[in-house]
Amino acid sequence: MTVLARPATRPASRIRVARRGLVVREMGILLALVLLVGATTVTNPRFLSAQSIKDLLLGSTILAILAVGQATVIITRNVDLSVGSILGLSAFGTGSLLVAVPHLPIPVVIVVGTAIGAVCGVVNGALIAAARVPALVVTLGTLYVFRGIDYSWATSRQINAADLPAGFLRMGTATLLGVPVLTLFAVAVLLVAGFYLHSYRSGREMYAIGSAPAAAVLAGIPVGRRVFAAFVASGALAGLAGVLYAARFGTLDANAGLGIELNVVAAVVVGGVAIFGGSGSVYGAALGAVLLTTIGAALPVLGINPFWQRAAVGALILAAIGLDRALAARVARSLRGRNNHA
Amino acid sequence: MVRPLLALSGVSKSFGAVAALRDVRLELFAGEAHALVGENGAGKSTLVKILAGVHAPDDGVLTLHGRPLLLSGPADARAAGIAVIYQEPTLFPDLSVAENIFMGRQPLRSLRRIDNAKMRDQAVELFVRLGVQIDPDRPARGLSIADQQLVEIAKALSLDAQVLVMDEPTAALSGVEVERLFAVVRSLVDAGTAVLFISHRFDEVFALCQRITVMRDGRWVSTDRVDEVTVDEIVRRMVGREVSALFPKQSTKVREPRLQVRHLTRHGVFTDISFTVHGGEIVALAGLVGAGRSEVVRAVFGIDRYDSGEVRVDGRRLRGGDPAAAIDAGLALVPEDRRQQGLVMELSVQRNVTLPRRWALARAGLLFAGSEHRAAQSWIQRLHVKTGRLTDPVSTLSGGNQQKVVLAKWLATRPGVLIVDEPTRGIDVGTKAEVHRLLSQLAAEGVAVLMVSSELPEVLGMADRVLVMHEGRLVADLPREHADEESVMLAATGAVPAAGTGEVVLP
Repeated sequence: MTVLARPATRPASRIRVARRGLVVREMGILLALVLLVGATTVTNPRFLSAQSIKDLLLGSTILAILAVGQATVIITRNVDLSVGSILGLSAFGTGSLLVAVPHLPIPVVIVVGTAIGAVCGVVNGALIAAARVPALVVTLGTLYVFRGIDYSWATSRQINAADLPAGFLRMGTATLLGVPVLTLFAVAVLLVAGFYLHSYRSGREMYAIGSAPAAAVLAGIPVGRRVFAAFVASGALAGLAGVLYAARFGTLDANAGLGIELNVVAAVVVGGVAIFGGSGSVYGAALGAVLLTTIGAALPVLGINPFWQRAAVGALILAAIGLDRALAARVARSLRGRNNHA
Repeated sequence: MVRPLLALSGVSKSFGAVAALRDVRLELFAGEAHALVGENGAGKSTLVKILAGVHAPDDGVLTLHGRPLLLSGPADARAAGIAVIYQEPTLFPDLSVAENIFMGRQPLRSLRRIDNAKMRDQAVELFVRLGVQIDPDRPARGLSIADQQLVEIAKALSLDAQVLVMDEPTAALSGVEVERLFAVVRSLVDAGTAVLFISHRFDEVFALCQRITVMRDGRWVSTDRVDEVTVDEIVRRMVGREVSALFPKQSTKVREPRLQVRHLTRHGVFTDISFTVHGGEIVALAGLVGAGRSEVVRAVFGIDRYDSGEVRVDGRRLRGGDPAAAIDAGLALVPEDRRQQGLVMELSVQRNVTLPRRWALARAGLLFAGSEHRAAQSWIQRLHVKTGRLTDPVSTLSGGNQQKVVLAKWLATRPGVLIVDEPTRGIDVGTKAEVHRLLSQLAAEGVAVLMVSSELPEVLGMADRVLVMHEGRLVADLPREHADEESVMLAATGAVPAAGTGEVVLP
């Protein structure tokens, strides 16, 4: 008799609360960002000058691109710890290429750097698919392997800005309507990835895999292929980030991007992507990257000891996870409004 | 003779040494609903997974329209027009209901983008057809089991399949929802779909299906038209074996009540469970898989919480949700899944045995190998555990000996009430008899034993009383002399409430 006992109008408000929970995540980060910028600006009005906004955007760019790739992987309930090493390999690779062939058109350089990353991603994806070892372990291994290759390739050489063509370095500082060109790359990557994950069958299948891996197999989703694709995408984006790193800093050795992978995972988690997959968005992950970068820039302005910066990042991660749990509990409560089949 | 739409012949499937299916045949005809019945472990779910393309048969052939059909994965089965509704819902909790229905087949618009509006409309259409109201935009997380099942049914409907396989789709549905579902299935059958319907509810089977196949122990037993057989005949074929003399229950004097469970309820799982187990008594808790037996004993032991009711051990009320308090009160639980829940596979035999008593054995907070060894030794000998050294990891033992280690571990706590969940699953006949002898001996010493078992011969051979659960409720309390295969099976399937052979438990 459950059907008859059910109220005629569904408790629509509850469901709206549940759906809003998803949007609230990204709005929450945006709000935190606005509060942080606001508080810092009150202390020091110059924090909001055109130059410092440009610096903030530029500073967020590389982290944001890596976060988009990482989010794609985490959504499938995996993780890619090798992105920092891939970035280093790609940065040194493009640097060496430009030293060898200085007149190479920039688009070709970008394609080569991205391809280096994609090849690393193929290695990750293939190992995970073939060895059936958790991604955490495989990418922890390739983190060292890729970095090791980078070291033995670079030996102790360093490529300096003077060795690189001026046109390439100009890309690192150029702006378009006040926005750094490098940031435009990140925005383009973000929009393409967000659109793909939202509007394409294979994108939705990545969410499905992260949400319930066993059910994904039963639903006939090619789980292995999708996860492989996520790692190739993450690798390719890390490769692209390596090219942008080379353009921005100009000084390259084998240590580029060392240890950045944990910042990336932190940005993704702070950005509301569930670490166990299935929910969250690349937009949130990119916002998370901007927020972490802004904290780094704001704390010195606020007169807080930079030593506290890491603690602040840690507190933010804990707060993000706490918010996640609170939201999940609230959503579960609001969705449970159905009669029991007693 | 009409050619069958889908046919299986000579299909066999083994998992390791266990033969799940042996030489099974099945023919499904267009425009006909076909029932598949059998006890727990008869191989029905394995058969479903073969039809779904999840498992490949070791032997035998599938034919569709008379042509051989090779399924190398669930996607193949779907492409061949076979839709499966599994016993356990297989939804994506983070995705919307509409996405769950159309995953991988979402309607598209330009540039191969997903057409969300159209997908939503089609989901609404399906729900109208099923006569239910579920918001297609809400996430699947938090849906009740019945609603999850309805989403699964909508998913299968949306496939426009020529073969629809339903593995106990009605277990969680209310009467009205079942009627709606049946109306939809009938209209599909009229339109030429072949339906395979698995259910333990005979009234449904006889109301919906034209043909019925019985399976037992992984083998095909019979296929008949439903108007040519009776429920009693079907139950006899499902059970169809002799109760062996392997189960030496000594008759003992029933003593004082030791475990009292009153009106125990966990919403949506089990309702109003009341029973008493006395010292010296072995009480079996029987029922089909999913009837809620394991859930009840887990709640009694405090692993899961319960919403209302109470548990008393030796007259003292036990705090809910606190296994440590349960152990202190003299309760012991030998869980169903020994590898996952009963043992720490990498630890040594002696460490596993002494695990629940590690505080009692410790001196000044330190646990010495010697005292561990001595404590384990006596129990290992008493239970005849065949093990090389007590320091070997427990994973090196055979299944039967592992089960004895689990028993030793809990017997070492000297429990007043012993709860065993499927004590002999997957162990050989000889060890089985030893386990039974041990349980019987414990009862004779005054321990109250509550045994959950899916093996009818074990239940009937061992138990002084048989409690039968059906869909989260206790439906029968049969004393030993009234309990036989048919009365237990009928009560477990909810066909006849206890068949008048014993008292029907009322709150």
